[in-house]
Amino acid sequence: MKRMQKQTRAMGKRTMASKLTYVKKNWQLYVFFLMPALILTIIFRYLPMGGLLIAFEDYNVIKGVFGSTWVGLEYFKRFLSSPDFMNYLLNTLKLSIYGLLWGFPVPIILALLLNQIRKQGIKKKIQLLIYAPNFVSVIVLCGMVRMFLSPVGPLNKLLGISTNWMTMPAAFRTIYIASGIWQGAGWASIMYTAALSNASKELEEAARMDGANLLQQIWYVELPAIKDIIVIQFILQAGNIMSIGFEKAYALQTDMNLPASEILSTYVYRIGLLNGDYGYSTAVGLFNSVINVILLIFVNWVVKKLNDGEGL
Amino acid sequence: MNGTRKIKYSRTDRIILGIAYVFLGVFVLSILIPLIYVVLASFMDPTVLNNQGLSFHIKDWTLDAYRRVLENDMIWRGFLNSFLYSIAFTVISVFVTLLAAYPMSKKEFVGRKFFNVIFLITMFFGGGMIPTFILINQLHMVNTIWAILIPGAFNVWNMILARTYYQSIPQELREASAIDGATEIQHFFKVMLPVCKPIIAVLALWSFVGMWNSYFDAMIYLNDANLQPLQLVLRSILVQNTPQPGMIADIQSTAEMAKVAEQLKYATIVVSSLPLLVMYPFFQKYFDKGIMVGSVKG
Repeated sequence: MKRMQKQTRAMGKRTMASKLTYVKKNWQLYVFFLMPALILTIIFRYLPMGGLLIAFEDYNVIKGVFGSTWVGLEYFKRFLSSPDFMNYLLNTLKLSIYGLLWGFPVPIILALLLNQIRKQGIKKKIQLLIYAPNFVSVIVLCGMVRMFLSPVGPLNKLLGISTNWMTMPAAFRTIYIASGIWQGAGWASIMYTAALSNASKELEEAARMDGANLLQQIWYVELPAIKDIIVIQFILQAGNIMSIGFEKAYALQTDMNLPASEILSTYVYRIGLLNGDYGYSTAVGLFNSVINVILLIFVNWVVKKLNDGEGL
Repeated sequence: MNGTRKIKYSRTDRIILGIAYVFLGVFVLSILIPLIYVVLASFMDPTVLNNQGLSFHIKDWTLDAYRRVLENDMIWRGFLNSFLYSIAFTVISVFVTLLAAYPMSKKEFVGRKFFNVIFLITMFFGGGMIPTFILINQLHMVNTIWAILIPGAFNVWNMILARTYYQSIPQELREASAIDGATEIQHFFKVMLPVCKPIIAVLALWSFVGMWNSYFDAMIYLNDANLQPLQLVLRSILVQNTPQPGMIADIQSTAEMAKVAEQLKYATIVVSSLPLLVMYPFFQKYFDKGIMVGSVKG
């Protein structure tokens, strides 16, 4: 027993020495290749984590992060007891969960439909077209939405009414999610399309030999071929429900639809950068990230279970 | 392969196939119609567009909106700024990311696990909006282009993609060049980069499009109007409803102004979106490759 311990310690030492030799011999890998990324990461990713301290203090620009008065959990108590905050938290969750439920199946269906087209030329053309909205910017997308839905816009002309959809809180989530599908579904289908075209053609052939019809073939051959990707994608996106982006929600906000459109990230921006309440807004942001991390750890655990121990 | 293979469809199959094509057609049309509408509306006379919508009488068509958009300095400056930022960002970001991925792709790299954890943590947790803003402010980067080029230059996800790609390249290449006495740096530039063109193209496209289409960082860090990228100029026109000063200055009546301003937006969208929409088909062959590299680890 003791001898074994000694042995392992000796081995540990030996590898320590050989590690040093490796580093000395391959110093270029550290200094030239890794250093730039490492410096950027430390400055722009880790230093702001230190700045999270201001979530617990009455931050004063002159006194700085380490000199400001400590207030403990005051901000957290304040926002957790505020009805506004609960409302924004719910808005965030509803927007991303509904978005996931409505948006997730579309690319899969799209890929399955595309896979039925046997003429590669036509398939390529359709793909090219449905990818296009992905290259339209968030601002342009939101600008288009605003114009299409404006009181004098084409949708109202078509319906013969003049509703101002952008001011209706009840319409916000539908607008957000539908425009998201318009922009992203085609692009998101690439992954499934690629997996489908890699799926064994022989299996398909065999299925046809056995007299399976098209629907059966899709159900028993094509869907199982992309099942793994579907599961992983769903879990990944579910893990991201708290990190729903700022840019689009903010660009679709109007003063009137705020009851539905204010989500945590836009709230942090408004109270932090526009109103200058740094401490409080940092606390809200921190709360958001902590929930997000918990979600992601859970998700990673699930992926590991499903993926033979290989996490992300 | 598929093109030449003849498949015999039964009657049930043909019905199912027909339904499938209808669904696909509906989707394709729903993508296409808004795009076509924007293009057509950009050529309409503002009053006609306001009162009745699209018109196919040639007398109702005009290039006036394009004249107003293209004569506007802010649009051009926005284009120029966005182009410079996107190019600079792409070069910096892809370079830093490709470099970092190289040692991380080596199984025997000492410290690989440690650095991996350091990088991965940042994918899941960060200081968030306010602490990052305070830091950039204290570094005196506000109102300089560095505020939008540097903080996001190293992208961990892209690093993982590049690393996965490197690992698919046979080890013997490095062994061979080591025998020839090449250092890691020489090997990287002379051997690795040339064989990694597909992944470089994908990362470059992602970085360029990402920078070109984003506005948040520029909105909070660049207050100087002369530094603003295209997306911020577009934001004031399309989202905040404030046309650029010179655009409609010559119009007298307020009602007329509102109509012209509304219609101008269509031309603005066409002008600003055209470059990327024309460019991306040329990169299509790299998409599938990039996606496949990503899904290996993904």
